Amino acid sequence: MNSNRREFLGTALAGAAFLGSSWRPAAAQQETIKIGILHSLSGTMAISETTLKDVMLMLVEEQNKKGGVLGRKLEAVVVDPASNWPLFAEKARELITKDKVAACFGCWTSVSRKSVLPVFKELDNILFYPVQYEGEESERNVFYTGAAPNQQAIPAVDYLAKEEKVERWVLAGTDYVYPRTTNKILEAYLKSKGVKPDDIMINYTPFGHSDWQTIVSDIKKFGSAGKKTAVVSTINGDANVPFYKELGNQGIKATDIPVVAFSVGEEELAGIDTKPLVGHLAAWNYFESIDTPENKAFIKQWQAFTKNPKRVTNDPMEAHYIGFNMWVKAVEKAKSTDPDKVIDALPGIEAPNLTGGTSKMLPNHHITKPVFIGEIKDDGQFDVVWKTDGLVAGDAWSKELEGSRDLIGDWVDKKCGNFNVKTNKCGGGA
Amino acid sequence: MSFFYRLLHLGVILVALVAASVASFAQNADEAFRRLAADSYSDTTRAVEILVASAHPNAGLMVEALGDGRLLAGPGGVVVKTAAGGLVDARTGQTLAAAPEGLKAVRLNNSVRRAVQAALGGLSLLNPDPGKRAAAAEAVFKSRDAGLLPIVETAIGKESDPRALAALRQAQAAILVAKPDAQPLDRLAAIDVLRERGDQEALATLRALSGEATPALRDAQAKAISAIEGRLRLWDIAQNLWYGLSLGSVLLLAAIGLAITFGVMGVINMAHGEMVMLGAYTTFVVQEAIRANAPWLFDWSLAIALPAAFIVSGAVGIAIERGVIRFLYGRPLETLLATWGISLILQQTVRTAFGPTNREVGAPAFMSGAFDLGGLAITYNRLWIIVFTALVFLALLAILKLTPMGLQMRAVTQNRRMASAMGIRTGRIDALTFGLGSGVAGLAGVALSQIDNVSPNLGQSYIIDSFMVVVFGGVGNLWGTLVGAMTLGVANKLLEPYAGAVLGKIALLVCIILFIQKRPRGLFALKGRAVEA
Repeated sequence: MNSNRREFLGTALAGAAFLGSSWRPAAAQQETIKIGILHSLSGTMAISETTLKDVMLMLVEEQNKKGGVLGRKLEAVVVDPASNWPLFAEKARELITKDKVAACFGCWTSVSRKSVLPVFKELDNILFYPVQYEGEESERNVFYTGAAPNQQAIPAVDYLAKEEKVERWVLAGTDYVYPRTTNKILEAYLKSKGVKPDDIMINYTPFGHSDWQTIVSDIKKFGSAGKKTAVVSTINGDANVPFYKELGNQGIKATDIPVVAFSVGEEELAGIDTKPLVGHLAAWNYFESIDTPENKAFIKQWQAFTKNPKRVTNDPMEAHYIGFNMWVKAVEKAKSTDPDKVIDALPGIEAPNLTGGTSKMLPNHHITKPVFIGEIKDDGQFDVVWKTDGLVAGDAWSKELEGSRDLIGDWVDKKCGNFNVKTNKCGGGA
Repeated sequence: MSFFYRLLHLGVILVALVAASVASFAQNADEAFRRLAADSYSDTTRAVEILVASAHPNAGLMVEALGDGRLLAGPGGVVVKTAAGGLVDARTGQTLAAAPEGLKAVRLNNSVRRAVQAALGGLSLLNPDPGKRAAAAEAVFKSRDAGLLPIVETAIGKESDPRALAALRQAQAAILVAKPDAQPLDRLAAIDVLRERGDQEALATLRALSGEATPALRDAQAKAISAIEGRLRLWDIAQNLWYGLSLGSVLLLAAIGLAITFGVMGVINMAHGEMVMLGAYTTFVVQEAIRANAPWLFDWSLAIALPAAFIVSGAVGIAIERGVIRFLYGRPLETLLATWGISLILQQTVRTAFGPTNREVGAPAFMSGAFDLGGLAITYNRLWIIVFTALVFLALLAILKLTPMGLQMRAVTQNRRMASAMGIRTGRIDALTFGLGSGVAGLAGVALSQIDNVSPNLGQSYIIDSFMVVVFGGVGNLWGTLVGAMTLGVANKLLEPYAGAVLGKIALLVCIILFIQKRPRGLFALKGRAVEA
């Protein structure tokens, strides 16, 4: 990380010296296009976000080998918002005003996205957000390349109900906006499918919760009502490891009570002995184990870039891969890196994903993605046991919730993020 | 070992079964082979059922291999990979030199796994080993597969081992309760058996009572359920106390080092959590070294990591004390800021050296799993952590009370100038005390690596709780720390089922704030001429 900073500084100084000594118009031609990378490299979120910084550096390097964009080289500007939400906004401002980046790739938690949102609106820049999130948002300056709830949570619940014949549901999550909204959507969805309120148990735990004894035994108890029970987990980050350890120790097997997780991927499993977890599930739009030539090439490139043959890939990395390629295509289409022009060019752009399909940027700034359900294997990878037939279009506003049912995001025709189709007005009803 | 054993017995049983139904298996088994090669979960599940029913001589071998992911299938046939790595043709049982082209391991999902478990349960009900029979009966109990009833009844007739017999009777009862067309009288008796078993599994089975039920049956079911629930409620309280004890021991372990550095020395050490983290990473490094060089030592890895962690954390602690803290004695705010800075430096150093992702610390065999004590489910890792905490606590108490160094430590704590005047080198004692506190934090790290993430953030999650315990228990008193940790742990766990984890914690914090208002010096205030008094 530090070495990168130093390199930038070096290049910047060299550039300045060059400009100073021989002022020629050609120098402007050679100016790089800057891209901001806004991921925490220290603090609690570093565990997840550092990888995304690395994958962006790899994508930029790769693009430069192909000759850059519009004949100009790309340059990644890395900052460290240190898992500190207000600092995200400060660093975003710094990237846009000081470094004059053409677009930013970053954020992980919803609260960090909400914190930078006003900055991107005010300074009119672009943010690519690569993580699955709770939806209920469509902003002109943000492009959501992760899954909306209808691209992850709902298909997962459908799978459990159909294939595992689950009738009783535990919705367990960390206590913050993503799990709370997702669980609200899931609760409404399950009730609309005829599940009784008695058959739904909702449980929230603090960030980094490490003593799961009571909750796991509660789940066990809840599961002993004679109906097939499953856990839908929106437990975030570090809390997952002790949760799964406790499940394993208390002897809850996937064949008895399966757990389907929305925040557990290859990276998180790298810290656990997965033998007791075999058969538990995860729902994502990408798994490292998916066997396509694109994915193989990507994994090979990633392991070569990180010089670590054991490094795993995961879903948000793929989201950045898609988002970055979409941005490149949009810039080439608009023949400019001007954010306004790129924002207008992006909807409709198609870019290949790593699972053999082609994702498309929609007018609501979400993308189309396939949905996969994977079972944990004993080597820490996932075995895909189910997938959607085609790609699923991301809904910015959930169809399951009362307040958002009639809303759509449409930045092409309506130029509005929360257009109410009932009242035909922008900003109505939310 | 157990695998070969089981395999051998499966073979024996299956030979017996073959004699009974030689006529039909060939044709049925063909269908099973075809379905196995289809690479579809529903076909695989069906194939398992057909195999068991067909009594093919290799059925047991195949089902067992399927469960372990060692069954290969494809257009070229079905092949079993033995645990030793050899290849056996599933159809003929002949050993093969090489697998035919195009075979892939048959994939499993949860429904296939359930089918395999149920099949293996059915297949090993007549196993010569009573332990295996009991385990098989337990598998049947869970699957409640009505097709297995005849075998279960045969097995009951032959059973002589009391434990296996009880398990078999429970399995029979579970099947009968779930079987709508069973005799009502049999089902009534079955309800009694389940009521006697009286655990959550029995409850689940009772609730699953299906089909046309006579009023007498419904009545018996309701009574049995309420009896079991009443019993379980009592066990629940015991279970919550146990959880509280276990949480308390974790809190104590994390806080006990702080009780020395903060409690005894009065240094607000924000880097205490990082000492715990260093201990956990030392465990990781020790385990990696053992995995690479001496895998047979793995079960001892934690014992080896203990002294290493104590030395690493203790040395870092002494370095911090000598390098930074000793210049800041008597300036609590500056100490707080400086140690906070040190904690960030340590975190980032570890992040750079080991990467930001979690590291896997394995659990030795004796720390995995759980056992039942009456209605209590006790996990081994928690049990060992309680034992370990008790040992660390007693050892620390002994050091403070019985050794010359402990005496000097207490002297310096209670009156630094007087101690100095008596010829105690207070600077050296400070460094050693700080080293001891940090080393104990390192020991805590070894234990916590078993239940929590080994990541650079490990320490942060414990620092607040640790301070809470020490302040609540009374600064400068080890017994206070013990009582404080246990009180907080038990209170937390008793509140959690009613208030939830988030509200429970908030309620506890409010209680502590109120308590500190009333007794600012904690539960056990140190009497005497403490320095700051």
